[in-house]
Amino acid sequence: MIIELGHFALILAFCLTLPQAFFGLAGAAYRRPHWMAVASRAVAGQFVFTALSFGCLAYAFFQNDFSVLYVAQNSNSELPTFYRFAAVWGAHEGSLLLWMLVLALWSVAVAALSNNMPQAMTSRVLGVLGLISGGFALFILLTSSPFERLWPAAADGRDLNPLLQDPALAIHPPMLYTGYVGFSVPFAFAVAAMLEGKLDSAWARWVRPWTTVAWLFLTIGIALGSWWAYYELGWGGWWFWDSVENASFMPWLIGTALIHSLAVTEKRGLFKSWTLLLSIAGFALALLGTFLVRSGVIESVHAFASDPGRGLFILVFLAACVGGALGLYAWRAPLFKSNVGFAPVSRESFLLLNNVLLVAATGLILLGTLYPVFLDALNLGKISVGPPYFTVAFLIPMLPLVFLLAPGMHANWKKASFDRKKTLLMMLAAAALVLAVAVFWIAYDLHSVLATVGIAAALWVAFSALVEPIERLRKGHSLSASTLGMCVAHFGLAMFIVGATTVESYKIEADLSLRPGQTAQHAGFDFTMNSLRNVTGPNYDAIESEIVISRDGKQVAVVHPQKRTYRVQTNPMTEAGIDVRWNRDLFVAMGEPLGDGAWSLRLQYKPLIRFIWLGALVIALGGVISVCDRRYRQRVGATAAAPEGAAKTASVS
Amino acid sequence: MWRFLVPIGLFAALVAFFFVSLDRDKETLPSPLIGKPAPTFELPNLEDPSLKVAGSDFAGKPYVLNVWGTWCVGCRQEHETLLEIAKRGEVPIVGLNWKDDRAQAQLWLKELGNPYSVVASDDEGRAAIDWGVYGAPETFLVDAQGKVIYKHIAPMTMEIWEREFVPLLAQAGAQRR
Repeated sequence: MIIELGHFALILAFCLTLPQAFFGLAGAAYRRPHWMAVASRAVAGQFVFTALSFGCLAYAFFQNDFSVLYVAQNSNSELPTFYRFAAVWGAHEGSLLLWMLVLALWSVAVAALSNNMPQAMTSRVLGVLGLISGGFALFILLTSSPFERLWPAAADGRDLNPLLQDPALAIHPPMLYTGYVGFSVPFAFAVAAMLEGKLDSAWARWVRPWTTVAWLFLTIGIALGSWWAYYELGWGGWWFWDSVENASFMPWLIGTALIHSLAVTEKRGLFKSWTLLLSIAGFALALLGTFLVRSGVIESVHAFASDPGRGLFILVFLAACVGGALGLYAWRAPLFKSNVGFAPVSRESFLLLNNVLLVAATGLILLGTLYPVFLDALNLGKISVGPPYFTVAFLIPMLPLVFLLAPGMHANWKKASFDRKKTLLMMLAAAALVLAVAVFWIAYDLHSVLATVGIAAALWVAFSALVEPIERLRKGHSLSASTLGMCVAHFGLAMFIVGATTVESYKIEADLSLRPGQTAQHAGFDFTMNSLRNVTGPNYDAIESEIVISRDGKQVAVVHPQKRTYRVQTNPMTEAGIDVRWNRDLFVAMGEPLGDGAWSLRLQYKPLIRFIWLGALVIALGGVISVCDRRYRQRVGATAAAPEGAAKTASVS
Repeated sequence: MWRFLVPIGLFAALVAFFFVSLDRDKETLPSPLIGKPAPTFELPNLEDPSLKVAGSDFAGKPYVLNVWGTWCVGCRQEHETLLEIAKRGEVPIVGLNWKDDRAQAQLWLKELGNPYSVVASDDEGRAAIDWGVYGAPETFLVDAQGKVIYKHIAPMTMEIWEREFVPLLAQAGAQRR
């Protein structure tokens, strides 16, 4: 009964997207305040019913209602309660419902926090979001309903995929989706601006916080996914360039470009059509990610998840949304001309380069991800593009980007002379180089030129990011939240680069066999296997070994890696034993039993690997800080004088 | 201003490519076994383990091999459909009971009805590996010459049976000489 209620609530939510879209768009077009008011009411209703629908499905999971096909396929009576909730988005149908719930949340947030925008703009944005919500609701209802009954009911469920039974992965999809779906907000803003034929710095100021919030959730989501892959997949890698990861990384890169391009649009009234294009591209890539993962076009992992009917629906939806927006772009973008210029060396040019390089990196990743699809479509055989391509293709645009970052942060708008900062920047660069050579060559005793260059560049970025906050602080000047956020995010990026470069250049890995009582030496540590024992979890059985790690006879840590077998799905899972310090991880994963009580073990020494995720979190923190800037909360009418040069707005006239 | 048309042009090309690969998907999904001789197997009979079920038992006539287990929700879902297909008698259905508990599997067939002309029990999953099974349920169509001519992954539905299997049945039988 409850599950039918959930189904019905979803149908109602779909019905409410129709007035949301119609009155939102038509109300703004015909300037009817009452119509526009209907749109924001419809959004609230749509959210309530979507949440109700989601709640009903979650309830079915809590109650172990195995007469619901989706519950029977993804849960089990032995599954711990926490994971029963996470199992709601453990497979295709439920994760789409989560997509829709998150979209409804974003829509409600736009409706509630838009009192600093003209009603027509809010209304158009809500209208466009209504079209997207409607498309998704229809997708769920027609092709992927999680509310199907199974009769007769199963005695017990098929259990949640053991890979997903992990705290980080339980919250990874909601984070990632909040980011993905969040890009529908700048998309809706872009469409609204094109419909209105007006794009000024006030518009950019409205879009910026939304874009930043979506982007920071995506940052956290990707970092969580990477962290999870590191300790759960058992290989100790943190990024694999597989198509699902790329699907989340491409919108992130475009989102990063968009954040920077929006800064120029707000401050200088430039890059307008470029900003529109990036807003559309960010959402298109988020949809494309959904399409690639769900349609089975790319390496079908299993036919349960991929269904040509679903793929076709998403493709048509993608074509309608993005094709429509790009058509509108071709028609309207010529309106958005700017008549201000900038010197070849200026903050504008640095940000332009930033955009070009980020878009180039996205293009290369997209090419690598889609290349196998193209070849297959042209009957040229099946191939797969591996990490070697991606690593090189990604580093080529990224290296110059990092080098341009330090001067770019300190370049002035219009024309940068660097007069006062030139010496300072050079000194910082020298200091970074010396530090990179000294610390890393001495500490890690390995001489890789590329790694040293990478670390020196990252340290240069880190130092330069600190210049402005320190200077302002010393002089007692105030520092705006957006500037501070920018500096923090760039500092986080530097942390990430230092971590990634160090771990990739100086990691030490070994596969060897041990039996209880034996000791192996690796990376200057002694690993002793003390014991092997059987462990019983709530829904799995495991073999656990106790490994004592010591150095020069002194005990450093005891870790307990496990090899788990989940009872229902019977596939083995590796739980790595990891000893964490700020400057290194010691990673022990159990491989296969070799007979006579011996096990193959994978031992890894990972210097500075924590900096990778910590850096990502600091980047996200930078986003949080910059969103708090006061100017995003100014009300309509109280707008301060627009920055010079941005005042001239393009209008339809 | 033709340059503003570039994005939509590129996007249209991309969508066209996706459309083509989406259409191809149906053909490319099945296993490399298609068109190859069916893997041989000799397994104990589920009802009476002292009897053997072997692939050679069916030489000279087409048959359907359905991989199932009592632990598999999709198998329960497709069970009604299998019973329906068995009732039509177009082709015998051979069950491959995969990594299952014998008593439970027998109980399942007693309670829900038995669509299979014979069930082989593959406790260790060896035969399933030979057949390239990577999840239950999977359904194979083997022709009179012992060649695998179709593979369906995921629960069987009447729609799929009519659309994919029935047209092939004539071909599968016609090859008998």
